[in-house]
Amino acid sequence: MATTVNPSTRSTTTEAHARREAWRRRLPLLPALVFTIIATQIPFLITIWYSMRSWNLLNPASDVFVGLQNYIAIFADRTFRQVAVNSVLYTLGCVLLAMLLGIGLALLLDRKFIGQGVVRTMLITPFLIMPVVSAILWSISMFNPSYGLVNWVIGLVGIPPVAWTSQYPFLSVLVALVWQWTPFMMLLVLAGLQSQPKDVLEAAQVDGASTLNTFFYITLPHLRRYIELAVLLGAIYVVNTFDQIYLMTAGGPGTQSANLPYYIYQRAFLGFDIGQAAAMGVVVVVATIVIATVALRLIFKSFMSTED
Amino acid sequence: MTTETLTTAPPTSTGTPKSAGPAGQGGRRVRSAALTVFTWIVALVFFMPVLWMVLSSFKQEADAASSPPKFFFVPTLDQYAAILGSGAGGYFLNSAIATLVSTLIVLLLAIPAAYAVSIRPVQKTQDVLFFFISTRMLPVVAVIVPIYVVAGRLRVLDNVWTLIFLYTAMNLPLAVWMMRSFFQEVPKEVLEAAQMDGASLMTTMRTILLPMVAPGVASTALLCVIFAWNEFFFALNLTAVNAATVPVMLVSTMTSEGLFLARLSAASVLASLPVVIAGWIAQKQLVRGLSMGAIK
Repeated sequence: MATTVNPSTRSTTTEAHARREAWRRRLPLLPALVFTIIATQIPFLITIWYSMRSWNLLNPASDVFVGLQNYIAIFADRTFRQVAVNSVLYTLGCVLLAMLLGIGLALLLDRKFIGQGVVRTMLITPFLIMPVVSAILWSISMFNPSYGLVNWVIGLVGIPPVAWTSQYPFLSVLVALVWQWTPFMMLLVLAGLQSQPKDVLEAAQVDGASTLNTFFYITLPHLRRYIELAVLLGAIYVVNTFDQIYLMTAGGPGTQSANLPYYIYQRAFLGFDIGQAAAMGVVVVVATIVIATVALRLIFKSFMSTED
Repeated sequence: MTTETLTTAPPTSTGTPKSAGPAGQGGRRVRSAALTVFTWIVALVFFMPVLWMVLSSFKQEADAASSPPKFFFVPTLDQYAAILGSGAGGYFLNSAIATLVSTLIVLLLAIPAAYAVSIRPVQKTQDVLFFFISTRMLPVVAVIVPIYVVAGRLRVLDNVWTLIFLYTAMNLPLAVWMMRSFFQEVPKEVLEAAQMDGASLMTTMRTILLPMVAPGVASTALLCVIFAWNEFFFALNLTAVNAATVPVMLVSTMTSEGLFLARLSAASVLASLPVVIAGWIAQKQLVRGLSMGAIK
């Protein structure tokens, strides 16, 4: 995907003219490009620099070059490994559950019925609600042990109240995340469903294919691209989850429900350990690049297929 | 995506061909009605937390934190009055400034950039696009440490312009990709005609391109607003008193008045409302934005 020559940029006139034209084309791009480089690449380079220093903000004298020692310390750190596993579990759990629910909801929405617009509007709302609010909503209104709605509902069938966020911190955060991300999955899958060629579906129906067969042999293969894209984009966002963990469990008890962003935050802003936090940040970026590369390839494929 | 399938339709059609006999059609209608009821129930369950928050915000504290929960109560605006009277205005102002100014800068930077990767493409367009989107995927935790340290040295901690700068960087890739997908829908003939008439770049941009992609600009702006308004991580770590935004206010309300559920709910409703409304308006463009323009 790296360098394809753009046929429209070929010029037969003199080289100077071509160069001027190239700069004319580049000019509108430059402000955005320069801004993005300054805002994202330079901080990341500094992160790499900090990650090779032993620096605690509370102790300025500690700021010395230590090479890869921070990285060695991280991989020996059992907590780091635990929160890394948590990060993977949160991401996989959230993306898979949200996708399954999202496919279900998209199928329900993909037909004409009374109040379709209202139902769709209700269903996308959890994604629009400020994540901080959704965290408060779940930890207090829903999961509060004494007056939360969830305990009242399970009480109706005789289950004794549960202290959700302290007894099941991981599950509680996961529920809030799935609730937030299901609409995202639903919207992308719905776009896929609605882009299905109608004549193929009608032909299948005329040929007497059952609803289930039509779904598995026609709809699902068509949806594949949409599902892949939604899963990968969703994963990239969910890996960065911070708000829900910060507000619902503070990563606790201990670090049982922490993920990498939360742990890095703790090390940097509560432990003031700049070197270690930076090294962890670099590790997270490397891990993200793996998912991101696959996601980018897919997006590019979508783009190229929709272009003339 | 066709717009007609998105709009609410009259309940008459079952959406199936009329090959089935009268008995089959009756059965189908019952099934369709049952499915509609089921869909509504699922949607209401899914929406329940939001509904509950809105209900709680109109309650007195004793009604909000009651067990069993109260579904019927005398509504009151006391909580909203308390929030608005407690100096929440400053937080809302900060959020509004950070959101609107960053969105404006994003558009000013992204529209020319998108032009340069679609209509009159630069060399290596794909590399440029790849670079932009890859920055959107950079985890923010990886850059928060140097941003905090550098902002501290430059004395711009707790400054709303720091948030504006960061939110611009956060939304710029999204806006470039989205605007590009809108520019690509402009018919080539229109641009060629303008060029034939000898219109300059700026004139073409102002009189032909921008009016054609105006809806695209609006929905790009709405998406930027959604992400900037809801942002919490930077706001938490880089602001304290002067530049604190709405999510930061909510967190401090929660820790200081955690047991005042009704008041917290009212604050939550106020905090969510602008973006929820923006999202409802931008519904049809949401998918394009969320997929970086890959799905239309």
